[in-house]
Amino acid sequence: MTETPHLSPQEIIDLYKAEFGVGIHEARITERGEGVKKTKNYNIWIRVDRELLKPAIKKLMDIRFPHFAVIAGNDLGDEIELLYILSVFYGTKFGEYMVTFGIRLPKTDLTVPTITDLIPGALLSEREKQEFFGITVTDIPDGRRLFLPDDFPQGVYPWRKDETGIKPEMVRELWAIDRPKDRPVPPVPEKKPVVEVPAAEGMEKKTGGAAE
Amino acid sequence: MNGDTTKKSTPYTIPIGPVHPALKEPVMFTFQMEGEVVRSVDFAPGNTHRGIEWMGMRRNPVQIVHLTDRICGICGIVHSLSFARAVEQIAEIEVPPRADYIRTILHELERMQSHILWAGVAAHELGFDSLLFLAWRVREQSMDLIENLTGNRVNYGIVQIGGVRRDISDDQRPVIEQGLAYYRGLIDQMKTVFLDDSTIRMRCRGHGLLSYRDAQLLCAIGPTARASGVAMDVRHDYPYCAYGDLDVHPVLPPQEFGGPQGDVYDRIIVRLLEIAQSIDIIQQCLDSMPAGEILWEKKLPKLLSILKKAQGEAIGRVEAPRGECMHYVRMDGNEAPATWKVKASSYSNLMSWIPMLKGEQLADVPIIVASIDPCMSCTDRVTIIRNGAADNLTKEELTRLSREKTRRLSRC
Repeated sequence: MTETPHLSPQEIIDLYKAEFGVGIHEARITERGEGVKKTKNYNIWIRVDRELLKPAIKKLMDIRFPHFAVIAGNDLGDEIELLYILSVFYGTKFGEYMVTFGIRLPKTDLTVPTITDLIPGALLSEREKQEFFGITVTDIPDGRRLFLPDDFPQGVYPWRKDETGIKPEMVRELWAIDRPKDRPVPPVPEKKPVVEVPAAEGMEKKTGGAAE
Repeated sequence: MNGDTTKKSTPYTIPIGPVHPALKEPVMFTFQMEGEVVRSVDFAPGNTHRGIEWMGMRRNPVQIVHLTDRICGICGIVHSLSFARAVEQIAEIEVPPRADYIRTILHELERMQSHILWAGVAAHELGFDSLLFLAWRVREQSMDLIENLTGNRVNYGIVQIGGVRRDISDDQRPVIEQGLAYYRGLIDQMKTVFLDDSTIRMRCRGHGLLSYRDAQLLCAIGPTARASGVAMDVRHDYPYCAYGDLDVHPVLPPQEFGGPQGDVYDRIIVRLLEIAQSIDIIQQCLDSMPAGEILWEKKLPKLLSILKKAQGEAIGRVEAPRGECMHYVRMDGNEAPATWKVKASSYSNLMSWIPMLKGEQLADVPIIVASIDPCMSCTDRVTIIRNGAADNLTKEELTRLSREKTRRLSRC
């Protein structure tokens, strides 16, 4: 693999625009500086056609082998947006950029090709997106569930915001759960719940106690 | 399974887990064994998936900061820092420089206590329990320092959106300096104990190998990647908090120890050297700490009303003791974020187990599994299925196997 020299974020975007043209819906750079010197770090956000996902990642690999972090996802209503978050130029002093490729999948066709043939380490993240968003990653080498238990109901996708998301009856509110009823009797009897007393009477008792 | 139909016992399957305290998240391992040698590995995480991201998407960012404190029991600051940094970028909140320095100091103290904790557990996995207790005793100093600065040993609750919740007073500076002096005096001793020991070298050199290429392809991060020669360190590559002002370099196994070979021994070296590096970074922070405010907005209702209006997406990223920790947050003008994705460090390191464990002996499994620092304890329960009959191998027996190997080697 030939290594290209270090590029600026704008140069990376220009390269993508030159190669993919109208396939790129959005390309922008965000920057952030912290500390006293406010040394900047840069994030590149590129939103592309679904078909261009793999060529876009391949292009990044040609620039410099990237680090793949994770796939994040947004439920946008009719579509699910997947964000492939990578970083490039690690090892360069303050020269690493996060590069995020966004693609949109209509809910009528939730399929996306696997990128594990390019970056095998993306497997866990792809498995996670399958179970949490109900998408199908085609040609995934291992399509089993990752985090959800085997007895988790099929067809429920926790991060979806539509009717396939977590249903209200699946949520157990901690505050609403009463104390367990099936425990043996404790050796010391439990305290009786405080009986409501009129305010004046309660005050008298309290002052009486303090005086003793 | 291989195609050998003449033998019914090879390869046989050993499941380890799912309750497996050698890991932060209990993981179910399935090993295909041939004799003592691991032929292939499969693992299934998720036994402690608590749906924290789902919970977060129903809460406001200030509440989530306290939820992030509880994602991990060792990394108390990295998740809250990542999340806060993401939200600060969306709402265009400028963090006061003093708060950035305080965040950095705690970030490094956490790295020190985490690496020393790991060193102790590694010693335990190898059968050196005296070293475990010694390591954990010296770890107390960093825990005390963290408690002094934040009020808590774990779940610090120090990070707030827009800054930190407690300042470092002039009275606390000598306490930090004292703590740093204590560790400066210990570093050489720790290096001697861990790196000059012939048994540790025999057990760790050349075991659990992860090549440079595999580390890249399997997206390894942190000390796991650096021990394989991949020079990546978010603090050096991607400035955040005070690191843009400081001198930080990724720690690679030095030439004097044979350069990066990507084995368990290199992972020990990298973590020990990083403790020394953390001392240096904290000293740099103390020397150049700016004065000023520690919070962008003190009044919580005002902060919340600003966050409620914020729209956009951002990535908050920090170098945790185990590697890159990353939070993606998207806010759309509601009280709760629309999306919150947490990528903890071990998430990226788990895949490295597969090449590391292949071809190794069963007795080496505990130290190799522990070497990526997935969070520590020990193997809880192992069921061996031999000739179709299930046999229960306890954590004690597996540790005994590991110790016997150490003794066998020491006698040679």
